[in-house]
Amino acid sequence: MNPIREVSCETVTETVRKLFIEANTVLGEDILEAVNRACAAEESYIARLALEQICENARIAREEVVALCQDTGLAVVFAEVGQDVHVVGGSFGVSVQEGVRRAYSEGYFRKSLCDPLTRKNTGDNTPAVVHTEIVPGDRIRLQVMAKGGGSENMSSVHMLLPTAGVEGIENAVLESVRKAGPNPCPPVVLGVGIGGTVERAALLSKKALLRPLGEKSGDNRLAKMEEDILDKLNRLGFGPQGYGGKTTALAVSIEMEPCHIASLPVAVSIQCHASRHKEAVI
Amino acid sequence: MKDAVRIETPLADETCRLLKAGDKVFLSGEVYTGRDMAHRRLCDAARKGEKLPIPLQGTTIFYAAPTPASPGRIIGSVGPTTSYRMDSCTLELLRMGLKGMIGKGRRSPEVVEAIRECRAVYFGAPGGVAALLSRHVKKAQVVAYEDLGPEAILKLEVSDMPLVVLIDSHGRDLYGSVLGIDKNA
Repeated sequence: MNPIREVSCETVTETVRKLFIEANTVLGEDILEAVNRACAAEESYIARLALEQICENARIAREEVVALCQDTGLAVVFAEVGQDVHVVGGSFGVSVQEGVRRAYSEGYFRKSLCDPLTRKNTGDNTPAVVHTEIVPGDRIRLQVMAKGGGSENMSSVHMLLPTAGVEGIENAVLESVRKAGPNPCPPVVLGVGIGGTVERAALLSKKALLRPLGEKSGDNRLAKMEEDILDKLNRLGFGPQGYGGKTTALAVSIEMEPCHIASLPVAVSIQCHASRHKEAVI
Repeated sequence: MKDAVRIETPLADETCRLLKAGDKVFLSGEVYTGRDMAHRRLCDAARKGEKLPIPLQGTTIFYAAPTPASPGRIIGSVGPTTSYRMDSCTLELLRMGLKGMIGKGRRSPEVVEAIRECRAVYFGAPGGVAALLSRHVKKAQVVAYEDLGPEAILKLEVSDMPLVVLIDSHGRDLYGSVLGIDKNA
């Protein structure tokens, strides 16, 4: 029998707190590299300016430890909890929420959650959406994402005909971005989830957003689709901030699982250029 | 910005007339923040004939809700939210004298038409660069709906805020008639 490893709930809280502060103030190097590459390829002055502003904004936010975007997001946490871990001193779920609460208070981040009907703000940006998975091992892997509302509003799930194939999937994804147009703060990052059920496809599309930009799918079929879709998206013409240009998307990441013989679920999670996610293992 | 025009609020009719979709501008002066819930309340108040907490004649509204200011700062990070959600209230506010709007993304055909009729202008502010934009805010004060928290109406004094004209007072839309990429949306 494997020995049980103890992790205090205070460690969980502190890790979540640090990750959200970092996510909201330090833009990933992979994003900055992609933006710089796009900037070199843009011909129009206004498109280059919009991309330069993204880099300048990232520099200010990092140096002054202030939020990259005023929409510091709904807090999403992906937790892989090793089955040989025992969280001591309290509940795992409560500890995660406390970490979110502290990060949004101490970081002077916007509290953007409210009651869906009364629209009354919950006041501390909780509850975070937490996806917990039990995995082998004695570690906890925490991946956090600050998900903005404007781009989330443009996300969608499509229940395609089972025979729609690659072409049907690509068309559904392209149509989502075309409909979203300038609304979700392009250049966007696209997470696509294929297969499973309606909620599984949506979850896969969110997880796809955690993949570092520039890293292709390990499945050659998906890697090809990622490349094709990105190429087509960047011919739509919306460009950075929707001011016109070649860079409507920075990357497309696809995750896939088997689905029912009657179905072909395809989910598209649209992420703005401020793709804010960090991870830690405890 | 290269070729940018410097303009000031309150926006004069002549200023609005000369601006064209695609123009780059530096905007200075007083603007009010207001987004989803503030619009709802302004419209409800207007429909009931109640006095509005902010003047609308010649006013510019910035669809924004900043992060809280940390000690020693004028404002937290501030930038535009997506504008289409304000469309239904905008029609009413334009008829009451609203002259400028700052946001991001598309507007409904009805709003485009109302902007033309009312000789108003819709500006785009760069999204997701709110630490940078906050440097263009020189003063910030809550003036209405404080209970809405981040969605309260603030009066801002802005200086040379870098914007792009998305819909001009002649009804030209950057996405539609100018870039020609949005005909079927």
